[in-house]
Amino acid sequence: MNISISSRPLHDWDALVRPDRAHRILYTDPAVFQEEMTKVFGAVWVYLGHESQIPKNDDFLTTRLGLRPVILLRDSAGKLRALYNRCTHRGSTVCRAASGSAKAFQCPYHGWTFLNSGKLAGVPWPDGYACDFKDDKFNLAQVQRVESYRGFIFGTLNPEMPALKDYLGEAARPLDDWIDRNPGGRIAVCGANRLKYKGNWKLAYDNSCDGYHVVFSHRSLLEMENRHEKDPNKGMSYYKSKPDEAPMYCRCYGRGHHLKDKRPNVEKRPGALWEIEGAHPGKERYEAKLRARFGKDADRWLDLASSEPINLTIFPNLLILGNHIQVLEPVSVDETDTVWYGTAIVDGPDMPAGVADDVNALRLRTQEGFPSFGEVDDLTNFEEIQKGLAAQEDEWVYMHRGMDIPGRITTDERGIVTGPATDEVFMRLYIHHWKELMKANPALSVKRAP
Amino acid sequence: MNQESYVDEAFYRELAAGFTGWQREDRRIGDPALLESCRSMLHLEARLLDEGRFEDWLALFADECLFWVPGSPGGDPQREIAVAFDDRRQLEGRIYRLRTGHAWSQVPQSRTSRIVANVEAFRGASDAVCMVRSSFLITEFRGGETRMFAGWNAHRLARAGSGWRILVKQVNLIDCDQNLRNPSLLL
Repeated sequence: MNISISSRPLHDWDALVRPDRAHRILYTDPAVFQEEMTKVFGAVWVYLGHESQIPKNDDFLTTRLGLRPVILLRDSAGKLRALYNRCTHRGSTVCRAASGSAKAFQCPYHGWTFLNSGKLAGVPWPDGYACDFKDDKFNLAQVQRVESYRGFIFGTLNPEMPALKDYLGEAARPLDDWIDRNPGGRIAVCGANRLKYKGNWKLAYDNSCDGYHVVFSHRSLLEMENRHEKDPNKGMSYYKSKPDEAPMYCRCYGRGHHLKDKRPNVEKRPGALWEIEGAHPGKERYEAKLRARFGKDADRWLDLASSEPINLTIFPNLLILGNHIQVLEPVSVDETDTVWYGTAIVDGPDMPAGVADDVNALRLRTQEGFPSFGEVDDLTNFEEIQKGLAAQEDEWVYMHRGMDIPGRITTDERGIVTGPATDEVFMRLYIHHWKELMKANPALSVKRAP
Repeated sequence: MNQESYVDEAFYRELAAGFTGWQREDRRIGDPALLESCRSMLHLEARLLDEGRFEDWLALFADECLFWVPGSPGGDPQREIAVAFDDRRQLEGRIYRLRTGHAWSQVPQSRTSRIVANVEAFRGASDAVCMVRSSFLITEFRGGETRMFAGWNAHRLARAGSGWRILVKQVNLIDCDQNLRNPSLLL
């Protein structure tokens, strides 16, 4: 069954998205937002959650696909599914818990009960119905395609989407790097810093790879981290002077995915990441403990507690920053939830006993820094942009930094675009991709047969 | 001031022990003078924060202290990230950042009015330490909007002369596991 969407364009998108700028109504028009929830958040692979959040059969969590309430779960047979959290009877949500374990969901309104495969298990007093409840139309709707890439679960309603691995394309390589830096490639989500702002979701996306704002937006964080004279080059200090001349770069992979790779700023040797890590609770005591046990080899464990210097962004809602999995959850045209999930390393037979706990004791605390002392300032700036964009006659948001400067931006034979860290090339490319999505008319569909 | 962190395994163990099952009737402090001294401490603390006297507020804390805002009800700081888990150095950093004038989430600074109520005190591990539970309602005005933060605090206080110093302040927001809008003010 198809979800119908208008085939007539809402706006003249080519007029609103120019090579160097985008129109303010992309951020302010509720009709644009409504259409995005279908044409963007329904039509591409959207990140839903991490497998470590639902490790066992029957585990579930509730989230959204765009605005659609969904239950992401591992069913009783172990299959990953994203069920619509919407009773097929009268529309109530059937699951109201944030997470848990359940073989079935009973709607609190009239007691219709669904297995975690989505199949209707039964309704109270069925002799009051003449219909055949075996008809698939009474099963919970579910996201047609759900796939996991190395623990990262995505869903799409678009049967035309390529396989998830192909959707990620070359962006899967830095994701692999990020996963594989952890022992055994294992990570587990460990709580979250949950934030919201009164602004359009794309304001966060516009910032995802922005190396231009750092020393201005995060001036207070940089000053705080470097307030002790004895160690003046902590955190993101490499932005302080001429960031375009630093080895870091911005790279765009197509489909709106991009990377700001700051790793080249840091020496490639054990302990180099830990050396620039700012002060945080537990730093000296746990470092001393690890050094006493492992000697010089402690560096590789300490590096795992340090923030990985990348910002990898998978369109439209997944951002890998440091050790965080950040997820954008649009609420309305001018409200967005942004969840910064922490990640921990996971113990395994390939690791010395107890070391995971010590690394994570540090890593939990290092991850609290940026959301508390950096992101709050970003979100404030996003809110102030939303206010500024209320100025109707001043129509344009410019994103032309780096444009038309010969030799500044390169494109390789695979179509991968690379530019200096402060370039807005990633904005130009993703918003162009967004425009193509908004022009398209994908035939989205849900699945009813478990 | 020693700028090294004192947080280690023993610190976490002691914290977990001290913050588990402490609101017990058999430990309730009934002495009106003692209870009043705890209440006065909380009122002073609230006033210093409302007046933006963050350095004076920090001076209420012991040298080895903790400012802790769990990210879920009863959240284990060794299992999940917190809204805040600041040792002395980080708490100083938090205030330092607010004082730079470039912490945009607090420019302009929030105006707050705090109500602290339902104060109950319980004996701690020794006579030198007590645990205080209070409810709070912070009304905040910033950027043309008025909003509220609500919850309850657990203070672990240590005797200091005739008064108290704060060893641990645990701030339990009722919506700590929800999406918070600009939690950059000092709670």
